[in-house]
Amino acid sequence: MNWYRKLSIKQKQVVWAWTFLAIPVLFYVVIRFYPTFGSVLLSFQDWNLLGSKTWIGLENYEKLVADPVFWKVFNNTFIYLLLGTPVSLLISFIIAYHLDKVSFLHATIRAMYFIPFMTSAVAMAWLWRWFYQPVPIGLFNNFLASMGISQLPFLRSTVSALPSVLAPAIWAGLGFQIIIFMAGLRAIPQSYYEAAQIDGVGPWTVLREITIPLLKPTLVFLVVFSSIGFLRIFDQVFNMTTNDPGGPLNSTKPLVLMIYDTAFNAFDMGYAAAQTVVLFTILLLVSLLQLYVMRERT
Amino acid sequence: MSQTKFKASQASLGRGSTYAYKNSLKPASVIRWTLLFMGGILMIMPIIYLLSTSFKWPHEIYNLQIIPDEPTLDNYAYVLEDGRFFTWFGNSAIVAICTTVSSVIFDSLVGYTLCKFEFKGKTFVFIAILSTLMIPTEMLIIPWYTMAVDFGWINSYWGIMFPGMMTAFGTFLMKQFFESVPDEFLEAARIDGLNEFQIWWSVAMPLVTPALSALAIFIFLGNWTAFIWPLIVTNDPVLYTLPVGLTTFSVEQSVEWELIMTGAALATIPTLIVFLVFQRYIIRGVVMTGLKG
Repeated sequence: MNWYRKLSIKQKQVVWAWTFLAIPVLFYVVIRFYPTFGSVLLSFQDWNLLGSKTWIGLENYEKLVADPVFWKVFNNTFIYLLLGTPVSLLISFIIAYHLDKVSFLHATIRAMYFIPFMTSAVAMAWLWRWFYQPVPIGLFNNFLASMGISQLPFLRSTVSALPSVLAPAIWAGLGFQIIIFMAGLRAIPQSYYEAAQIDGVGPWTVLREITIPLLKPTLVFLVVFSSIGFLRIFDQVFNMTTNDPGGPLNSTKPLVLMIYDTAFNAFDMGYAAAQTVVLFTILLLVSLLQLYVMRERT
Repeated sequence: MSQTKFKASQASLGRGSTYAYKNSLKPASVIRWTLLFMGGILMIMPIIYLLSTSFKWPHEIYNLQIIPDEPTLDNYAYVLEDGRFFTWFGNSAIVAICTTVSSVIFDSLVGYTLCKFEFKGKTFVFIAILSTLMIPTEMLIIPWYTMAVDFGWINSYWGIMFPGMMTAFGTFLMKQFFESVPDEFLEAARIDGLNEFQIWWSVAMPLVTPALSALAIFIFLGNWTAFIWPLIVTNDPVLYTLPVGLTTFSVEQSVEWELIMTGAALATIPTLIVFLVFQRYIIRGVVMTGLKG
């Protein structure tokens, strides 16, 4: 320890800093960066997990572009995003906006909306799968039947299967979005509302001119957060369609499920890696879009 | 900007509403309350049906009644009989606790170092760690899997845990929170003769405990419900986590919905209890992580 005593305070700081960082830096290099480059590299190779890797250039990507299933999956992934994000944000904003103005049993009502967020997606997928079963098993169709309305096919039709898979994902995510929206609403200075009240401005104008513009950072955060969530949807789809993953006829298959299938059922590792690169690119574009929108503001 | 926002939200968290109307018993606010309450009931309805069905006999699951005519514990007895759920529950607990402890310690250590120390390469390390936030887990799964195969980590706790031992999100979050710890405190401790490790652990850490518990809640919940990686890295039922076990169990039961619901209820009840007990902390934690992240 003699050498350490001779160091200046600044030098000692440097020694401590790198001591603290040694294991984490190793972790990030080995568990994050190395695999990232590994995946990119693998996307230019052909590999079935057992044999040796062969360099095939852009063949995996060419295969991807020519694969009708990929385009179906690509489409589905964006439907999850374009349906899930606006619908969930609209519902959660309306609830947060009104819940914010309620004080009687506020915490209890908030808890009721938040509870689904605490559940595991797997358990909820099976619960909703039961709801969707045809008469006489499923809750929803039994309910419709009791009201004299004809049955809905839910998970059995290529048209309604995707929204049916999406519904529990939206439902479970609402609680989080409501909590964040309410925190954003409360961060808006009281004085703005007081000024509006003195000027006799109606609630719609207050909402349009004060609340929504000042809520923009919260809104951008939630848009990106939930977009990434919907783009990576997997647990719900996998569990609700175990008899035909991503079915019927690939109508619910998202990109992550295709990656899982290609890698761990077909063992076409290079092809799966190319799909992960596509996923990465999509997520990167979404994040960059966020940065762009945020920059515009300041 | 986010700093002031955070303080404002924290200060007002216990408050009822943004701006109270002069007369809160106007018909409009009664309607508002009633609709919100009904919406809340609708939100928890699926979970109520989940719990209710787990106490029903097979012939009763088809009716819409919430309280069963003859409640039974038979489903629970059947599901718990072979002890698999206990094993899966234990596995999930071990994995979630270890990853949470590890992440909270390392994330705050790195966040602290990147916040309070001056050294060459600091910005580079910070940007490098931050940039990993952009990389989706799914992209890393194939290399992780081959890594796990090469090192014999398939079907082991370490295999399930190793990708989650640290998080870039937590590091970023803790760095933000350590900004609010005054340098003078650390300087005073330094003069008192504490070494840097002691300063971090016994001076800085106690000052950010709310942030630490918020981070812990987030990471625990994430690992408790994690699905795709445990599904890939384990194929021995003895090592399944609860979500993976529940999937296998449900596929096995296929049409025995009351048993599937009982399994799903077993996976849901613990987090419900945790939520009901720690509700305030959990919601505060979500707000803190959400607004800082």
